[in-house]
Amino acid sequence: MIVLILAIFTALFFPGIIVRVKSILSGRKGPGLMQPWKNILLLFRKGSVISKTTSFIFRIAPVIYLSTILVSLLLLPFPGLPSLFDFTADFILLAYLLALGKFFFIIGAMDTGSSFEGMGANREALYSLLAEPAFFILFGTLALLTGHLSMHSIFNYFQMSGYDSVIIGIIAVYILIQIGMIENSRMPVDDPKTHLELTMIHEVMVLDHSGFDLALIQTGTALKFALYGTLIANILIPVSWEIPGRIAVYLLIQVIFATIIGILESFRARKKLMKNPQFIATLSSIALVAFIISLLMISKLIQ
Amino acid sequence: MENIYLITAVVLSFLILVVPSRLRYYFSLGVSLYVVTITSIPAVAVMITPGTQPESFVFGGFLGSLTLTIDWLTGFFILVTNFTALTGILYSRGYLEPYLEKKSPAQLSLHNFSYTWLHFSMLGVLLLREGISFLISWELMAVSSFMLILFEAEKRATLKTAVNYLIQMHIGLVMLVIAFLICEAETGKMSFDTLKIYFSQHTNIGLFLLFFSGFAIKAGFIPFHTWLPEAHPAAPSHVSGLMSGVMIKMGIYGIMRVSMYLQHDIYTIGLIVLIISVISGVLGVMMAIVQHDLKKLLAYHSIENIGIIGIGLGIGLMGWGSNNPVLLFFGICGGLLHVLNHSLFKSLLFFSAGSVYKSCHTRNIEQLGGVIHKMPYTGSLFLLGSLAICGLPPLNGFVSEILIYIGLFNGLSSWSVYQSITMILAIIALTMIGGLAIFCFTKAFSIVFLGSPRKEFDHEVQEVSTGMLFPQFVIAGFIILIGLLPYLFLKPMAEMIFTQYQIQSFPLLTTLTRTLSMISLVGFILILLIVILYFIRSRIMRSRTVASGPTWGCGYTAGNARQQYTGTSFATPFIELAEPILQSNKEYEPISDEEIFPTPHSFVTHPVDTFRSTLNRLIDFMMLILKKLARLQTGNIQHYILYAFIFIILIFMLLYLHIL
Repeated sequence: MIVLILAIFTALFFPGIIVRVKSILSGRKGPGLMQPWKNILLLFRKGSVISKTTSFIFRIAPVIYLSTILVSLLLLPFPGLPSLFDFTADFILLAYLLALGKFFFIIGAMDTGSSFEGMGANREALYSLLAEPAFFILFGTLALLTGHLSMHSIFNYFQMSGYDSVIIGIIAVYILIQIGMIENSRMPVDDPKTHLELTMIHEVMVLDHSGFDLALIQTGTALKFALYGTLIANILIPVSWEIPGRIAVYLLIQVIFATIIGILESFRARKKLMKNPQFIATLSSIALVAFIISLLMISKLIQ
Repeated sequence: MENIYLITAVVLSFLILVVPSRLRYYFSLGVSLYVVTITSIPAVAVMITPGTQPESFVFGGFLGSLTLTIDWLTGFFILVTNFTALTGILYSRGYLEPYLEKKSPAQLSLHNFSYTWLHFSMLGVLLLREGISFLISWELMAVSSFMLILFEAEKRATLKTAVNYLIQMHIGLVMLVIAFLICEAETGKMSFDTLKIYFSQHTNIGLFLLFFSGFAIKAGFIPFHTWLPEAHPAAPSHVSGLMSGVMIKMGIYGIMRVSMYLQHDIYTIGLIVLIISVISGVLGVMMAIVQHDLKKLLAYHSIENIGIIGIGLGIGLMGWGSNNPVLLFFGICGGLLHVLNHSLFKSLLFFSAGSVYKSCHTRNIEQLGGVIHKMPYTGSLFLLGSLAICGLPPLNGFVSEILIYIGLFNGLSSWSVYQSITMILAIIALTMIGGLAIFCFTKAFSIVFLGSPRKEFDHEVQEVSTGMLFPQFVIAGFIILIGLLPYLFLKPMAEMIFTQYQIQSFPLLTTLTRTLSMISLVGFILILLIVILYFIRSRIMRSRTVASGPTWGCGYTAGNARQQYTGTSFATPFIELAEPILQSNKEYEPISDEEIFPTPHSFVTHPVDTFRSTLNRLIDFMMLILKKLARLQTGNIQHYILYAFIFIILIFMLLYLHIL
């Protein structure tokens, strides 16, 4: 529960921080921290235009998208505290819940019959299928290292495994940041600020969503950032600290995560669409490197 | 089960051929219900009391006696078979309606008769343990399904496919016959039960692999799969549902049955099964992505799912071989549950695809679109099936996949570094399969059901009758039930696996219970949240101005339905990534430089099954050699006498030299 509250709290500022960092780095003052949320609230109050081509899928898709993200947040542990559920293989449920949301997001876009949205939907499906293995290899590595299979115990034992595991921690954080960027359609793969529909992924998929539905999707996206931030925090925050300290560090990590995204977005160009699969597949190989390192660490490879 | 019940069932099945055509459907439904009842009762009895000894019934006929044996594995498969056979026959009534005028009553009687016998022979395969009777039942299964595929024999392609199917099934049969004969030569008896004696005295891998290849042709493991993507689309949809949902599982049953008697090398055998399954799973779904034919796409997904089941069995055997109860339990349990799950969602998908075919008269997804507006129920059922087959929560496919995942993740931490690497590769494969399945089914569902129609039909597209929808809703109910309350179904199954393999149930059952109850809980919370959010949304939307208009085409207003994304355009980026494995032939005239004003052009793609084309190349090569050898066949009698003479001399020579 604590994760859900904290995640919603951080999600309030997350998009604002990214925008602010990007503005400052490009020499502008930038809008206030709450501006993205003011926009979303405005959308919540607006009416909408719904395409005649669409069916009930289009209407239900944003609802399911947001619901899956909210439920996934419930599954996440807070550093040192198990989640409400906490069972063997909960990270698999987490990954598949997010996939369920994505499934509906994709068919929701396809429901409009627009080729632009078809293009975006197609890319989203392809990239998420390529990014999926990295997440599983990462958890495989952590499971191998700790001998546990639920997120709470994996992170707990990972914390205790000593200084040797720092390198795994670094790789894990790197991979989670990258997956977070890909899943949220941020810079190296997708440019949320582009103005040409042909090159968009996420933005083109929501072309036909308006008003309440669009607000639901944008809320979901903001929460998804907080979700990946929480995973990173779980790896970084020592469980031996006092709870208020952990909460403070948790918030700090989320702020740093948002800032990193802002910085990366300011100095990085979007890749050519054709190069994206290669880029995403690299993540899996980095995760495999971590796996081999952990094999070495538990001295299986070299006795 | 007494003699009289079984004899009645057989006699009744022959009566299908002679009852008047008005009553034919109800009569065969009655026969099915009757058989379902008499076989399900003992099956349930075995299932609910774990640890019972296999029950045997001696069935004395006029030609001798047969022994029918039911244990937990048979019981489980009988229930799966009966359920799908029953829903199939319920569905078939509506599906066959348009054929009532086209086909003669004799043809329809034969169809119903074959359907009943396919059901019978599958039960026979499950119940018979003795070699000869098992093989006869296995053969009856091949022949009756051959008759069912032949239903639309007036199409040349169907005829060719059916003959191809029959030949391939017999290659499998020959392998099984040889395997049984080897067993008989060594032990003096041809039966599954004597395999235990054989396996304890000889090396296990050889005979197991022979059995495995025989059963794998039926199950559709790659590279034994080439009949499958042809035969499923050619058959009527209720038959495809039964074949894909249950018949190919008979191969899995055979593999499981044989594996239960293994004595040595179990670990290696498990590893081999795992490797073949991983290949089948990944390549099956990859090839599914390329297809345009809706039923062919589903057929390739059967290969993928057989692969997932095989991964479960493979790691189960590896666990058994290395005394790792966690791996053994979760592997076998996940694999078996996936047998049940796949039979449910695959028959649902085939039935709803059949409904689309019945209403739109085409299975080519590039000509469909927007069908959900005309057929909302069929569309929703297909969506449910798609979500389940992709293994998404809170549906049944997820439960079996998470069990296999738990097995794989547990297998990571073992003493052997090779096992850790095998397991991580299998995990990567399983996630790839999941991701690719989502890619494939977002494509299939959205191209067929969403958007606007790509082609105007000159007949009206309408929702199918309630009679056809009813069995599909029943299946859908089970899909949701297993997804939300998996513990209900897994408890008896777990108990039986514990007794079969003599595993301590203590830590495993606690993990299983915790995981499954949490999955249920999360499933309910998810559904509740969706309902609440949707309720809020509709309340709020009522007070807002909701306008409707055309789809926003970024300012371009002259778009039409043919400019929508098609199945091919959806799949192209992936095909380009997977170039050497996936190939598709393109037929088009390129636009010439002189063409200033656009003229009509066409663009057609044909997906190629790489394995099939490799096989064809091999066959072409053999044909070439045989053609060269045909020169010996001069038709001149003197030459033939010469051949015989040379042969005799050769024999003499060999005998003289003591080589023979």
